[in-house]
Amino acid sequence: MLITRKAEFSASHVCAQPSLTPEQNRALYGPASNPNGHGHNYVLEVTLQGDPDPATGMVFDLKQLKEIIQQAVIEPMDHRFLNYEVPPFDKVVPTAENVAAEIWNRLLPAFQGSRARLENVRLYETEDLYVDCTGDRR
Amino acid sequence: MTRVTRRYKFAASHRLHSAQYSESENRELYGKCNNPHGHGHDYLLEVSVTGPLDPVSGQVVNVRTLDNLVSTQVVQDFDYKFLNADVREFQEVVPTSESILRVIQKRLAARWPSVFPVDGPRLESIRLRETGRNLFELRAN
Repeated sequence: MLITRKAEFSASHVCAQPSLTPEQNRALYGPASNPNGHGHNYVLEVTLQGDPDPATGMVFDLKQLKEIIQQAVIEPMDHRFLNYEVPPFDKVVPTAENVAAEIWNRLLPAFQGSRARLENVRLYETEDLYVDCTGDRR
Repeated sequence: MTRVTRRYKFAASHRLHSAQYSESENRELYGKCNNPHGHGHDYLLEVSVTGPLDPVSGQVVNVRTLDNLVSTQVVQDFDYKFLNADVREFQEVVPTSESILRVIQKRLAARWPSVFPVDGPRLESIRLRETGRNLFELRAN
């Protein structure tokens, strides 16, 4: 069974690869390469997979999941400039793909030893663009 | 695995009517969708792409390249059109959502190798929302 919890955070970023020239970055990322940055209202959907606990009837306590997302993602990323304030985005370009992968990595340890496993991290950068990350799994 | 999904919109009209059936059979089969003057939808098209994460760009797919491909191959040709009359493929094929997905997949696949490298992004699936209550999905492989 799958359960999904949604959360939101607002953050700014610049998509530019330091090894490329400003013109190359402009060609690659378009307006997202603006050096002063721009922002999004990111929407995050975290999906867990597991069998409901026979005693509680729950795959995972959603209050606890909310708290895990809050600590691992929302506190550090909400109302931040990702490139300047949230490692590794001082070194890694904060594309939607890389932000989703970083969120996956930050959440994964919380479910070790749990009956639920992290199944999918979906990150909406806008309503028209989202990324699904499943870590190393295919 | 990382999958990128991009959503596009087009507004189009169509009429579901097959030359293989009689007038009454068509009315029976397609119901209101058989109305002779056609009717329209605000279609939502989702295109999902997988592939290796490019270490330089940090992207699975360059969204601007994908936008350009979908725009030239699909949206520009479908948006504000009467599919049956204005889109080549639907002069022969009834424009059900299933058939629209097949046509979109064929159009994207035909141009894909000219805009993306062989070891680059792959078309994973496309989904078409005809209305808020109808969703159709075609997996590329």
